[in-house]
Amino acid sequence: MGIFRTLTSNLTVIRLSSVRNNKIIMARRLHASRTDGVDKNVWVEFTKLAADYKAVNLGQGFPDFSPPKFVQDAFCNAVSGGFQMHQYTRAFGHPPLVKNMAKFFSRIVGHEIDPFEDILVTVGAYQALFSAFQALIDEGDEVIIVEPFFDCYQPMVKMAGGKAVYVPLRPKADGAILSSGDWVLNPKELESKITPSTKAIVINTPNNPLGKVYKTEELQMIADLCIKHDMLCISDEVYEWLTYDGAKHVKIASLPGMWERTITVGSGGKTFSATGWKVGWAIGAGHIIKHMKTIHQNTVYHCATAAQEAVAQGFEREYEVFGTPESYFLQLPAMLYHKRNKLAACLQSVGLQPIMPEGGYFMIADISSVKVDLNDKRTEGESYDFRFVKWLTKEKGLATIPVSAFYSPEHSKEFDKYIRFCFVKEDSTLDAAGDILRKWSQAQ
Amino acid sequence: MNTARLVLNCTKFACYPANINCRRRLCTSQYMMSRHSHTKRIAGLDKNVWVAFTSVAADPSIVNLGQGFPDIPPPSYVKEALAKAASVDRMNQYTRGFGHPSLVKALSQVYGKVCERQIDPFKEILVTVGGYGSLFSTMQALVEEGDEVIIIEPFFDCYVPMVRMAGAKPVLIPLRLKPGKKQTITSADWYLDPDELSSKFNSRTKAIIINTPNNPIGKVFTREELQMIADLCIKHDTLCFSDEVYEWLVYRGHQHIKIATLPGMWDRTITIGSAGKTFSVTGWKLGWSVGPEHLIKHLQTVMQNTLYTCPTPLQEAVAQGLLLNLKMIDQPECYFSSLAEELEGKRDRMAAILQEAGMTPVIPEGGYFMLVDVTSLNQDLSHMDDDDAYDYKFVKWMIKEKKLAAIPVTAFVGDESKKQFEKYIRLCFIKQDSTLDAAEEILKNWSKI
Repeated sequence: MGIFRTLTSNLTVIRLSSVRNNKIIMARRLHASRTDGVDKNVWVEFTKLAADYKAVNLGQGFPDFSPPKFVQDAFCNAVSGGFQMHQYTRAFGHPPLVKNMAKFFSRIVGHEIDPFEDILVTVGAYQALFSAFQALIDEGDEVIIVEPFFDCYQPMVKMAGGKAVYVPLRPKADGAILSSGDWVLNPKELESKITPSTKAIVINTPNNPLGKVYKTEELQMIADLCIKHDMLCISDEVYEWLTYDGAKHVKIASLPGMWERTITVGSGGKTFSATGWKVGWAIGAGHIIKHMKTIHQNTVYHCATAAQEAVAQGFEREYEVFGTPESYFLQLPAMLYHKRNKLAACLQSVGLQPIMPEGGYFMIADISSVKVDLNDKRTEGESYDFRFVKWLTKEKGLATIPVSAFYSPEHSKEFDKYIRFCFVKEDSTLDAAGDILRKWSQAQ
Repeated sequence: MNTARLVLNCTKFACYPANINCRRRLCTSQYMMSRHSHTKRIAGLDKNVWVAFTSVAADPSIVNLGQGFPDIPPPSYVKEALAKAASVDRMNQYTRGFGHPSLVKALSQVYGKVCERQIDPFKEILVTVGGYGSLFSTMQALVEEGDEVIIIEPFFDCYVPMVRMAGAKPVLIPLRLKPGKKQTITSADWYLDPDELSSKFNSRTKAIIINTPNNPIGKVFTREELQMIADLCIKHDTLCFSDEVYEWLVYRGHQHIKIATLPGMWDRTITIGSAGKTFSVTGWKLGWSVGPEHLIKHLQTVMQNTLYTCPTPLQEAVAQGLLLNLKMIDQPECYFSSLAEELEGKRDRMAAILQEAGMTPVIPEGGYFMLVDVTSLNQDLSHMDDDDAYDYKFVKWMIKEKKLAAIPVTAFVGDESKKQFEKYIRLCFIKQDSTLDAAEEILKNWSKI
């Protein structure tokens, strides 16, 4: 009896463990191939690192100060509003929001924007980008991406079955490279990348991570090529209000012949310093937006109502005060200008060479002159800037982002001596970062 | 440049054979149209029943029992939690991409208790933009060209276009009404034929989608029915996507069973839930997928390449709401049960009104919709557009003539089953008393002109 019982329980153990070990539940492929090669993500990796080491976080791009009071109040009003604020709104964009945006942007773009045909509200600019690629890029289509690029463009193109073709911004040959304005596209190089399969070009102005604000002539050059080769243009303008030193943000969609072929992507999060609300949009000609709507209605369908209501009120208020000192769109860049300068001075004082951004949230710094022993077996084989950033986070408690994450595999080796800092932080955060850098520099 | 533009504007110009660029520019307007047309993945997916009916029903003079959203307020504590969350600086900025920590922890506690298993908040849960977003992430992560996905009719309408957008083939099987008269038809009278279901599985079947409680019928699948499905999933080694957004809305005498809790099913099931349906806040658009790490990780990959993260303050508020109700889970004050109790009353009231008006409701065991058979009204709709199925015509007619909005049920079935369902319309009863009063008025006066 005893033997029998022992045998039975052993058999049970064996059976259970074979079931438990049998994690591979399908003989054939489990996940869809569209998820191949897009599983690594720099944000997932580095935000976790910053959190784990409780580092002073100049990494991910979000403000550590609050949104302006008028939008916070607008959000609270929305939350305590009628029951409608907590139920589904119009799928393609809450009516007050699209109407206010159409009114606001029409005069900037120089084209009468139809709120219901020409605008799609999305869950952050991120989803606007995703919808654009899914709606317009088929297997085999080529998409030109200007480097350095916000990292998601590449996996999104890949997931849509498209082929990314990279064209780097390069520092001008002559003189010192002190500003993002010194990084330019080579028109011949750009045109050489265009083939009959090229469906679109993606530009980002102001640029993340470099901070470049494309000048009219530069956009005109791109526009000419778009028209000549009948390409679409996806223009990521999430930092559109953040320009410094007199640089002017120009919308490529406002150039002749470009409205009908451009999708302009914007962000409530970056506009109103409320990245956690995830309200973004795509504005463009109706015949293009309609395809993005089809994607939208088969992916998330609706976006959160209350957040849209708050952004709608934000735009209404900004419309009234546009161009006046009251405007948040003037106050925010003015405030960030000082922070930018503060961080730049701090980096220079410790021998790091920053490239002054003309716009945006970020500054990149050249780390090639820094001598440090990156003796970490765990990061062996990774590119220099990745290793450096991990070392800086773990050993010094300062989080940043490696710039080669914003480059294609073919060009990342050329640009692995830069790291990216976000300066849209409270002065106390910037001071803390300054302290860390000073101590480190003194110790050397 | 100017010449080119002039030429561009004149689409009727003859195409000169001369040089390529000139020809291109001449034909550019039409060329542009085809060049900038949509991708293959959305071919035929642009039509949508909601787009067709929601704007029509938005007219305030129409009593809207169509789209599924409450016109009753959500519990005040969730609204308060949201206002409180938004007042904290950090809550207005990005949170963890796969789900705000306090929310995924709360979800793992709630579902851990319900499923009686340890659920890892970081590896076995993904927070998405509504249940809809979970369905999308699941399809994109796990379904592709060459796959077949079994869908039970009537189905929440997005399942088919999402399967198609993922490049796969939807395989449909209808719920069938048990034959033989009955005084009152309920959603329990609709069943899946086991042999028919079995015949739908083959080596290409990647997954079956189930929805319990079901929208639109309101069927709550029994343990035996789920076991039958589970047996087939295991036998054919397929996945199961279980849409359980109405999981708390189950009426007396019925129990919501999670197919993921059946033996052998946890490892092959994605279970989808919704804050919008749980807390009557459809406009918050938060949902979640719960499942084994080896499946959820692929949904997370999709998430990080589609919208990256969901709104922070909303997630924080839902977390608070879940924790509050978890404390009271076996008590009557718990919203998970109090809402169901409130809705049961509305359900019964709605059914009675419809019966009075000469229609035949299908009493739902769960969810907040009711199917209504309008055959006995013998409404003549021959004057309307022949292309539409009877229920589409009926609903359009009813909105126009009776100022009452519903949703046609053939929107939830494939072509082959249309005949079976075209005498049914769907009504949503999660509405405040004044809305139901207004509906009652219309239905009482139905026969009067």
